[in-house]
Amino acid sequence: MVDSKNSWKAWLYLAPALVLLLVFTVWPIVNTLRMAFLEDYSGLMEKGGAVFNFGIGNFLKVIQYQRFLNCLKTTALLCVLTVPVSTVLALLISVALNSIKGLQKVLQTIFFLPYVTNSIAIGMVFAAMFNIVGSFLGSENELIVTAGIINNVIEFFGGSHVNWINVGSTYAANIFVMVVYIVWKALPFKILILLGGLQSINKQYYDAAKVDGTSKSRILTRITVPLLSPMIAYVVITSFINGFKEYTSIVGIFGENMGPADDKGRLNTMVGFIYDALSSNNQGRASAAALILFAIILVVTLINLQVSKKRVHY
Amino acid sequence: MAETNRVIMHEKDMSKVKSNSKVGGVFGKIFTYVFLSIMALIILFPFYWMIISSLKTLEEYRLSVPTFWPKVVMFGNYAEAFTAGNLGRLFINTVLVGVVSTILSLVITVISAFAFARLEFKGKNILFAGLLATMMIPGELFTITNYGTVTNLGWMNTYTVLIVPFLVSVFYIYLLRQNFLQIPNELYLAAKVDGTSDLKYLWKVMIPLALPTLISITILKMAGAWNSYIWPRLVANDEAHRLITNGLRNAFTETTGDVNYPIQMAAVALVSAPLFIVFVFLRKYIMKGVSRSGIKG
Repeated sequence: MVDSKNSWKAWLYLAPALVLLLVFTVWPIVNTLRMAFLEDYSGLMEKGGAVFNFGIGNFLKVIQYQRFLNCLKTTALLCVLTVPVSTVLALLISVALNSIKGLQKVLQTIFFLPYVTNSIAIGMVFAAMFNIVGSFLGSENELIVTAGIINNVIEFFGGSHVNWINVGSTYAANIFVMVVYIVWKALPFKILILLGGLQSINKQYYDAAKVDGTSKSRILTRITVPLLSPMIAYVVITSFINGFKEYTSIVGIFGENMGPADDKGRLNTMVGFIYDALSSNNQGRASAAALILFAIILVVTLINLQVSKKRVHY
Repeated sequence: MAETNRVIMHEKDMSKVKSNSKVGGVFGKIFTYVFLSIMALIILFPFYWMIISSLKTLEEYRLSVPTFWPKVVMFGNYAEAFTAGNLGRLFINTVLVGVVSTILSLVITVISAFAFARLEFKGKNILFAGLLATMMIPGELFTITNYGTVTNLGWMNTYTVLIVPFLVSVFYIYLLRQNFLQIPNELYLAAKVDGTSDLKYLWKVMIPLALPTLISITILKMAGAWNSYIWPRLVANDEAHRLITNGLRNAFTETTGDVNYPIQMAAVALVSAPLFIVFVFLRKYIMKGVSRSGIKG
């Protein structure tokens, strides 16, 4: 053991990190709890000398807000729709990538590309692709032309164009666009992890299966998936956690409106709700919502872990 | 030797097994490649569309039958986007914040990880476990209080507010500590006997050995500055300190309706380009860093 006189030295080395953590991490945890349990707490009013009563009013108000429930619904819906789709797609792509030799590196790089992008920037590209109004001739008699490439493709195949994200679009169409974008964005990380897992599976299992003449689909469901299950559990858990914190993808496509121009805030999420409460100086409500978000993430993660305990083969 | 022979024998046996199922294999191969190609095209399409749209004239972009290659290549769109979005200023701000916060963050991470990996002090394990526990909490929870804290400190609309609150990452300390722990303690003790100072030992032995981890941290940190949106928008949304993502969103607020998409797409391409250039050169480190980091941002 190194001599214990080093003790003061250790604290010296840790000092910068600990000071910053105390101010920007530990204090916020304590303060969030304090603000959440003070009725209608507002930082601005506290500076003005207001005193707040202790209570659970913030939580009650938040969960009774229709706006909050809408945010919760949108967030949960996006999670439930995107996590299975992106996980299954990523699994299929990884298994396919693992089975080929030529072009594997090139394809692997291509599949990683969406990760090295800016959610807002590429969100704007998706908005352009799904946009519908392309030109209007004169201001009086607007002529609506489908100019978004997605609608062009649909019309090429004989379908009629869909109002995806513009004024008058439906909630379902908005959600569809978000699911496509979030899945596109989520694939790289999942493929990276799953392919890494696949490459570390012992080849002998597959050789044994081949000797037995096992079919491809059976190999996938009986060997690959079970042996890959720790990785699958990991990507499912992390994508649920990220999914409940969804915010910037929506800003990327819809802008700060968080919805089509005629129905602002329609696609707002939990995180969006917290920031709205914060900007309107309702720190008490923002804190309560943040704690609810934390609780939801914790519960979903625990459920995931519980399920994977039964299903995952280590 | 015997082991190698057995492997070779095994491979021979297996190649016989493989040849039996060759016919099914060819169709399987074709199907696999077709599937992967279609998926790759879907992944690549937005990038392609971004680039060709950015090179079209507005009239051509608005044609109801889309063109897949611009008739007139409009490089001028890029110049226009650069000035319209005031991108020069945004680039400088973002690089400045990225570089300064990366350097400071690396210093803090290295000395903290060193203390946790090599030095002994009371309460070390409890402190470390406590720090790890904070990683579970979503960042939004901290933002509420931090917003008030930086207002009280008078940091609003400064570079400080973009750099200081995120200098310490428990995750990076954890990552580097694990890396430091793999370096045998004997090296440290030998250095102590020779009278080498801690800092010299860190600099000469530990940092070189942990270089891949440090590069991963650097990349993640720089990408963080490039992609951060929520915090900069809250605390530094003035012309002088605005960062790139926020500026892009601000300069091109409309996403639907009759938008000048070629200019907007040119701006998007300009903002995306640096990330791609870095990716081309540091692909290996980035992919390794990401696979270890799990959750981004």
